Amino acid sequence: MARRELRIAALLIVAATVAARAEERFGIGRAATPAEIAGWNIDIGRDGENLPPGSGSVARGRTVFAEQCAACHGAEGQGAVGDRLVGGQGTLASAKPVRTVGSYWPYAPTLFDYIRRAMPQNAPQSLSDDDVYAVSAYILNLNGIVAADAVLDAKTLAGIRMPNRASFVADPRPDVHNH
Amino acid sequence: MSEQTTDKRVREASRRHFLQAGAALAGGSAVAGLGGTTALADNGANLPPNVPEWMKTPGDPMGSQPYGAPSAYEKGVVKNISKTLPQYISASGRTPLQELDGIITPNGLFYERHHGGVPTIDPAQHRLMLHGMVDRPLVFTMEDIRRFPSQSRIHFIECSGNPVYTKPYGKTASDLCGLVSCAEWTGVPLKTVLNEAGLQPGAKWIVAEGADAAALTRSIPIEKCLDDAMLVYSQNGERLRPQQGYPLRLLLPGFEGNMNVKWLRRLKVVAEPVYSREETSKYTDLMPDGTSREFTFTMEAKSIITRPSGGQKLGAPGFHEITGIAWSGHGKIKRVEVSVDEGRNWQSAELQEPVLTRALTRFRLPWQWDGKPALIQSRAVDETGYVQPTLAELLAVRGANHFYHNNAIWPWRIDGSGEVSNGQA
Repeated sequence: MARRELRIAALLIVAATVAARAEERFGIGRAATPAEIAGWNIDIGRDGENLPPGSGSVARGRTVFAEQCAACHGAEGQGAVGDRLVGGQGTLASAKPVRTVGSYWPYAPTLFDYIRRAMPQNAPQSLSDDDVYAVSAYILNLNGIVAADAVLDAKTLAGIRMPNRASFVADPRPDVHNH
Repeated sequence: MSEQTTDKRVREASRRHFLQAGAALAGGSAVAGLGGTTALADNGANLPPNVPEWMKTPGDPMGSQPYGAPSAYEKGVVKNISKTLPQYISASGRTPLQELDGIITPNGLFYERHHGGVPTIDPAQHRLMLHGMVDRPLVFTMEDIRRFPSQSRIHFIECSGNPVYTKPYGKTASDLCGLVSCAEWTGVPLKTVLNEAGLQPGAKWIVAEGADAAALTRSIPIEKCLDDAMLVYSQNGERLRPQQGYPLRLLLPGFEGNMNVKWLRRLKVVAEPVYSREETSKYTDLMPDGTSREFTFTMEAKSIITRPSGGQKLGAPGFHEITGIAWSGHGKIKRVEVSVDEGRNWQSAELQEPVLTRALTRFRLPWQWDGKPALIQSRAVDETGYVQPTLAELLAVRGANHFYHNNAIWPWRIDGSGEVSNGQA
């Protein structure tokens, strides 16, 4: 290839790169501050990542549950307008499976995540982190997963192994072979 | 002013109805007007050779409806919302599929599913935060989002539980498949916005979170985010309705409805899914052996005849068009086959152009009904070659407690009087 053609080719590559970069970024939006991110970054990983400081006991959870949760979920988590939270272990392979925190939920930290972000339904994100730990502990105790004197915090909640943890499988679809 | 004029006109019209129809009762204006019109139609006063009453007086003045609404005679065409739900904060309402034509769902009839009610969001105070495994964590206003180069695309959204597998099965097309709707969406490709922040190596998922009272959270594989995912702010030409995520929604064409996170406030780029409640305890599919499928994203090919369909009646033997909708989360509909003889023979229906990827496709088949009982049904084939299964085939693999992703064929039974009912019931 002649030197001139090489130079043209090189120029074209540079021009294309510049054009691509210009297309890629528009300079829209502003930097998110660490404080802004900290305020909204509420999701908890299944291994307990991002669980906040604080702790709560089953005993405290019983009180909070009676005040905040029982009206919809029943005094013992048996369900009413709100989902049933307790029982059903051993029913999943039966004709009448009962999906609850105890029988179905694979990860305990998800309980903290969901209660904090979405419950109680009439006032989500109103409970203190301590009370969210406490209600989580109470629901897990109702399901026989933690003891009546348990106190849960980031470390102990993440350390719980839920009964149904190993039962989830990847999507195998298409699963009907009709042609 | 104009309202008073309209009221006066309606009152006068209804007075004439009563006089002409010889009605004995006098009363309210608008309602009586409707009743009177029916009476007039019945006695032929508005039919040829007579001049219809609505040609003898001016119609409603400009401005009587600053935002247009359907005719009063279409007041029955509304969302199909069960009256017996345990509660209405986390609930769904269905599109009346059997009342609609074409492939675009009117915004007011687009199906709804929300998990913490419909929030009222001031767009000036709404923010989208993009953070996690990115070079530059960013915050966007709605004005920012609308500055990006925009795109419009037509896609369906379907709830994953549309319908469930257990009896009682619904009576109408809406009861069975009304948790699917289709619209033209306008917004910005998600990959364009992600480029603004710069993805870091190892970014595999994006956690999307809504600004509703459920702060609904789902994890989206990065491949989808860099493919056809969009951040949308308009639907069928106007801003999103509150029920559809105003002011900003994540659109994931072909993925189950709840992943199309409404009221989108946050995108967090991560290495693995967050395993939120909605993707562990909720939208997972229980198998007969007690295991559950997780991350079951794509809505498989499906179709349903919307006319004639359950609850309707064929007036007389003779020509009837069979029409319905087909769709697939895996791409375009390649073919829709219709059977009118209990599934013995199948013929290809005509597909109305445009046939778009991951959009509703309208199909039609001309049919001569001989007046005898018949079972009619449709099955969709998409561009991957996937064939819509029967309910029996699905139940054999998944069992009745699978709950989600039921894309079965739904046959309609037509009896000798023309009444149409669910062929599975």
